[in-house]
Amino acid sequence: MAKYILRRLLFVLFLLVGVSLLVFLISHLVPSDPVAANMSPSAMSDPEAVAVYRAKWGLDKPLYQQYFVYLMNLIRGDLGTSIRTGNPVIQDLAQFFPATLELSLFAMVIAIALGVTFGVVSAVHRDKPVDYAVRTISIAGVSVPNFWFALLMLFLFYSKLGIFPGGGRVGSRSTTPSGGTGLYVLDGILSGNWELAGEAFMHLLLPALVLGFFTMGLIARQTRSNLLEVTSMDYIRTARAKGLSGGKVITGHALGNALIPVITVMGMGFCNLLGGMVFVEKIFSWPGIGQYAYLSATTLDFPAICGVSLLIAVIYVVMNLIIDILYGIIDPRVRYS
Amino acid sequence: MKTKLHMPKILKYKNFLFKLGLCICLGWILIAIFAPLIVPQDPYAQDMAARFQSPGAAHWFGTDELGRDVFSRVLLGSRVSITAGLVTVCITVVMGLFYGGIAGYVGGIIDDVMMRLAELVSAFPPLILAMVIAAALGPSIFNSVFAMTIIWWPNYARLMRSMVITLKENEYITAAKTLGASHVRILFKEILPNSIGPLLVMATLDIGNAILTFAGLSFLGLGTQPPIPEWGSMVSDGVNNMNCWWISTFPGLSIFLMSIGANFVGDGMRDYMDPKLQKD
Repeated sequence: MAKYILRRLLFVLFLLVGVSLLVFLISHLVPSDPVAANMSPSAMSDPEAVAVYRAKWGLDKPLYQQYFVYLMNLIRGDLGTSIRTGNPVIQDLAQFFPATLELSLFAMVIAIALGVTFGVVSAVHRDKPVDYAVRTISIAGVSVPNFWFALLMLFLFYSKLGIFPGGGRVGSRSTTPSGGTGLYVLDGILSGNWELAGEAFMHLLLPALVLGFFTMGLIARQTRSNLLEVTSMDYIRTARAKGLSGGKVITGHALGNALIPVITVMGMGFCNLLGGMVFVEKIFSWPGIGQYAYLSATTLDFPAICGVSLLIAVIYVVMNLIIDILYGIIDPRVRYS
Repeated sequence: MKTKLHMPKILKYKNFLFKLGLCICLGWILIAIFAPLIVPQDPYAQDMAARFQSPGAAHWFGTDELGRDVFSRVLLGSRVSITAGLVTVCITVVMGLFYGGIAGYVGGIIDDVMMRLAELVSAFPPLILAMVIAAALGPSIFNSVFAMTIIWWPNYARLMRSMVITLKENEYITAAKTLGASHVRILFKEILPNSIGPLLVMATLDIGNAILTFAGLSFLGLGTQPPIPEWGSMVSDGVNNMNCWWISTFPGLSIFLMSIGANFVGDGMRDYMDPKLQKD
């Protein structure tokens, strides 16, 4: 097990170096001066600053040496300075990441709860109208463009019905809660400010629902097909022959085994969720990594793009590592070969 | 798992959602082909006196902020969206087929290196990579499709490789080798036809995804540029005019319909080919 994890961690390192190399190459494919592309016009007017920048990133050296300098700076935790915001990228990421983490975790909870429920209902009532209805909803989940779905939800529940608040993490008049985690709902609870926690929760609900809808569809479909596969097995037939009720067979015998492969889908869903974040955060004015990534990509702010890419790549691989380990713990048949 | 698709047989497959999906997809493809002939009004014609008109007899889907007919633009917009989705999937299938086929067939260190490279591309956050490529090369339909093919091919390569690894151990391959068949012949005449089924299922399921991603890039301003009608950019036209719901609702609904149709077909094909999921 330890050997397996060590090997995976080495692979994570390889991937991170690869991702940084990819961003580095893309940033050098753009037919422009890297100094002009990475420094603000005001900083460009200072020849001393330009010289310092060239020396820091080794721009006067051959490409492979530039990459080496860049990698060394990365290892020291220096992701560079964002051209757009003027802040160190690492500081920007620390500022925007908690908002994304809160939104994605909550979206994931919604996706798992609804996805597993829908999958079970669909499999139990196979080929009945309720199965068709649930399957349609879950296929709709993976087919709906989330930027359009977000607009639709905002129009319906904010503009027309006024049930949910508009964009942002809390109302414009509210102060940000002081709890230290950066997750507003949790911070509100920790600081005993229940009103603020409630407000943050209401702001969170709609974007999380939109974001989790796709993953919900994935999980529901996978749960359904796994459950159908498991229920055709001999041990389930035996359980039925013993006279167990349908509900007990599903919850006590089938569901546990059917959910094992669903864990992989949950990981895939979480990664997909990070992609959908760009749209949802843009439409709900959610100050997170997705918006930061979008604004950085469209302004070709390469230090920021590289920072975001590395961060998300780390989340991707760590998520996959956790899933692999979980898989081994839950299913003893899995061997770490 | 069946690996060969029998087209006439699958068309007789009794699955309501599969048939519904097939009808939706064929319907949209026909609309896309004949769009210039069937649009009731000029999709580019601006009429500032008729801005923001709600759906009615004159304009079935209403008009946008430049007074253009949304219905005609939705019909013509199907051409770009569907073509971009189909072209992306076709290119990535071919790329994955060759890449994964060679990696799986050759094996050894070449396979290792090739697959690590594929994993490297997969580890990159897909939408962000697509955004960066499209933004770096400049927003255009071609660049968006290019960006999407860059992020998509590893999925097909992995699937193809796993199919090849399984199939190359079969006795009929050994028989072909004994008869003196060349590697190219074995790969393309013996292995490929038998692995095309799962690849096609994955491709069908991905068409919806590709259309969604392309529309997403256009929504962000990185795909189609005005005034060319395309579903994603039309949804974005409605963002600043939330009360005129029709501007973004109809193009969004079109993306949704096409995507769900492709998913119904893909799901049906997967169920058809997996005997475990078929009814007793």
